Amino acid sequence: MPTPTTSKSPESDLYTPLSGVPLTAGQLPRGAAPLTLLVVALAAVGFWQFADWSVAACAVLGALVYTLLIYTWSRIVEGSRKATDRFVTAVVTCAFLLALLPLVSVVVTVLSNGLARFDTEFFSYSMRGIVGEGGGAYHAIMGTLIITALATLISVPVGLLTAIYLVEYGRGKLAKAITFFVDVMTGIPSIVAGLFAYALFALIFGPGVRMGIMGAVALSVLMIPVVVRSTEEMLKLVPNELREASYALAVPKWRTITKVVLPTALAGIATGVTLAIARVIGETAPLLITVGITSSDNFNPFDGRMATLSVFSYYEYVNPGVPPQFSLDRAWAAALTLIIIVMVLNLIARLISRLFAPKTRG
Amino acid sequence: MPPSTDRPRAQKVPLRPGDRIFSGASTGAGVLILVVLAGVAAFLIVEAWPSLTAPAEDIPGGEGVAVYVWPLLFGTLISAIFALLIASPLAVAIALFVTYYSPRRIAQVLGYLIDLLAAVPSIIYGLWGFTVLAPLTVEPANWLSENLGFIPLFAGPPSATGRTMLVAIIVLAVMILPIITAVVREAFRQTPRLHEEASLALGATRWEMIRMAALPFGRSSIVGASMLGLGRALGETMAVAIVLSVSGGVTFNLISSANPSTIAANIALQFPESSGIAVNTLIASGLVLFAITLAVNMAARAVINRRKEFSGAN
Amino acid sequence: MAKRIEVKDLDIYYDKFLAVQGVSMTIQPRSVTALIGPSGCGKSTFLRTLNRMHELVPNARVDGKIFMDDDDLYGPGVDPVNVRRQIGMVFQRPNPFPTMSIYDNVAAGLKLNNKRMRRSEMDDVVERALRSANLWEEVKDRLGKPGSGLSGGQQQRLCIARAIAVQPDVLLMDEPCSALDPISTQAIEDLMLELKEKYTIVIVTHNMQQAARVSDMTGFFNLQGVGKPGELVEIDETTKIFSTPSKKATEDYISGRFG
Repeated sequence: MPTPTTSKSPESDLYTPLSGVPLTAGQLPRGAAPLTLLVVALAAVGFWQFADWSVAACAVLGALVYTLLIYTWSRIVEGSRKATDRFVTAVVTCAFLLALLPLVSVVVTVLSNGLARFDTEFFSYSMRGIVGEGGGAYHAIMGTLIITALATLISVPVGLLTAIYLVEYGRGKLAKAITFFVDVMTGIPSIVAGLFAYALFALIFGPGVRMGIMGAVALSVLMIPVVVRSTEEMLKLVPNELREASYALAVPKWRTITKVVLPTALAGIATGVTLAIARVIGETAPLLITVGITSSDNFNPFDGRMATLSVFSYYEYVNPGVPPQFSLDRAWAAALTLIIIVMVLNLIARLISRLFAPKTRG
Repeated sequence: MPPSTDRPRAQKVPLRPGDRIFSGASTGAGVLILVVLAGVAAFLIVEAWPSLTAPAEDIPGGEGVAVYVWPLLFGTLISAIFALLIASPLAVAIALFVTYYSPRRIAQVLGYLIDLLAAVPSIIYGLWGFTVLAPLTVEPANWLSENLGFIPLFAGPPSATGRTMLVAIIVLAVMILPIITAVVREAFRQTPRLHEEASLALGATRWEMIRMAALPFGRSSIVGASMLGLGRALGETMAVAIVLSVSGGVTFNLISSANPSTIAANIALQFPESSGIAVNTLIASGLVLFAITLAVNMAARAVINRRKEFSGAN
Repeated sequence: MAKRIEVKDLDIYYDKFLAVQGVSMTIQPRSVTALIGPSGCGKSTFLRTLNRMHELVPNARVDGKIFMDDDDLYGPGVDPVNVRRQIGMVFQRPNPFPTMSIYDNVAAGLKLNNKRMRRSEMDDVVERALRSANLWEEVKDRLGKPGSGLSGGQQQRLCIARAIAVQPDVLLMDEPCSALDPISTQAIEDLMLELKEKYTIVIVTHNMQQAARVSDMTGFFNLQGVGKPGELVEIDETTKIFSTPSKKATEDYISGRFG
């Protein structure tokens, strides 16, 4: 123990930064910030609607004006520390609101353009023999479902087993390498995954090959790391006590994993898999170069080109017929279908995790 | 990465058959992932090889692979880097807003909204950029070239359709924003409560608390997340393919109608109509993209993983 | 410097849940006041209302008055940030900022409050704070090293140094020794006895021997019943509480006949 240094006088000449600072400080009235924001936002909307300024200009100008206003006000009333705090709050809030604009705009655009052809014909007809009006994406929807299902069929066992390896068996360099490269694999550009599938099948079947299964392989490359990651996280959440309790009952390790660990983590794993499906179901680039497009029904993934929703939307958009409007409507309807599928998958994932998961949390 | 499965097994008592099969299968799955990753590289090299050995005049453009790929590489880098410059500060701000500023009741909903942004398929961003964003930028681009035309980035002449590099950059920024935000938000969420309270108890304002506790704690995550976003922007295909009006060439000019394409977009646009040596050339360009994104992602992961070593929990 | 705290009819809520009811007490300056009681009775919650840390929990609020000398801590126009600047706090687990050096940890509060301080002045304040926390001799050669490299007891003394570097009027300690070994605990207790020369100290503790050793006044908190709010049963001089408490519940708790 050090010798206590009590020799100094109790009221030492220590610099006292706080002497005489009152508890009360100047404060902006309650709700000053949100009200100012509201007023500025209304003014911005006014300029957009009535003075005919562009949306982006109004939004950015509004953000600037609000930030400046609240900073100056606070600086006068509350002092510099509080003003800095207000300034950051304003910047952060504006950044968030500005970032919401694209999302809102995307949803509104897809909805308003997509609803025109969001009808029964769209969901029950293919594009066989269609030049102008009419036609649908039945073949593309089925293609997307088939290829995604195949990709899931490949990815889930591989991903699940890998995660089990990493959590239950993996030690040493191999496990470290796998963890690292799974992380790296999440960053593979989707187009490269497509090229890989093409290169692989081109070596076997010769150049120019297009098949549904190639798309599924490409999507698997994108999907496996997502499945591994989420499953791994869920398995790690399973408390060790459960495993030890099972070992203590003389249950072998593999049965402990299949009968105790996996069921406990099942909801989380299902959530992860659903999110992984949502991630790949909208992929376009890898399917564009491995599966291509066709205008008629082909539900055999081992035989030639298939249509998929995203590629369908792309081709309808870049190669419209004459007049182009019919094609564009179909493209947007396909985009709307796609976005709905993705949102529903996300919702399902949330529901699964909300309804079944909390068991593992203390 | 060669598998080394025999080492851990040597130390143990004989395994039950069930255990052996199960552990063998799961180890095999793990090794398969390494094999696939090696396979991606290997198959790309095999399929790219003919274009590297072919005479230069056979390559599209007639001057060899390097000359073909360079403008694409330039376009890829410039679009991704600018997108990152826009997105990463915004992402940090959004993560801060969701973690520390938003009313707690709606924080979770906001986080969910951000995740949804990440889930929107890239083709939809492409269609949106082409239809909505591109026309919106025509007027500001005119203004930029008139008033700030002395900056090479805004030299003009401005495009009349708005299908410029600028729009591609903005679309890319919107796309990688939620990805960066998600990682940074996770880091902020894990900021130890103890450290937040320590600074608040010293009389810190909210921003001072963030500067003392949250930002130092999340710094490497911010760097790592930005690099993840960069990797995603480098490889993004459809959005750029749809938005950008391409004429080749290398230019820093962001608002004209003559833009370099990106590697990924170029593959998507050319591949369906290509055959023979052109396909091999495209795969060669894909190999370059693969190498760059691999390097960026490995660096990102290394940075993020380093955080674990000096996290405050001890 | 050291100030008196007066609590009048304080009710503490988490949203609609009444956690602590009807606390009134006077905390004397230049003394150590210990708060004891069973787990979950609201002592820590009460402590956190004294520097307005309680309201960081969403929807948490209080009814009633707390005065520091003549200032109402919950009065209109009172800025919680200013309150916390003048009422320091030490937490249950040592929490030095992991990314800051020992020096910067101690200087953290000063830098917030006083940006333009000369380096020599700052060095001076840091040294005095570390000396007051009985830590100077142990760390003077490694002030630039991270604070997380110290032992648990040293970290806790570092946190005390950080809290007293800004010369607060009151020092709140929320079970400061519960994560420490006996030797470190001894060091912190010695330190408290020195610090009470200058500060008003309020300490929450589970350890009754500790309360008996260090405190001048002791307050006993208890639950009124299962699912009911906590309350202050009594507060009196420590010697009286531990020898002849006036309430039966206190006696039961002190003598281990609790529950």
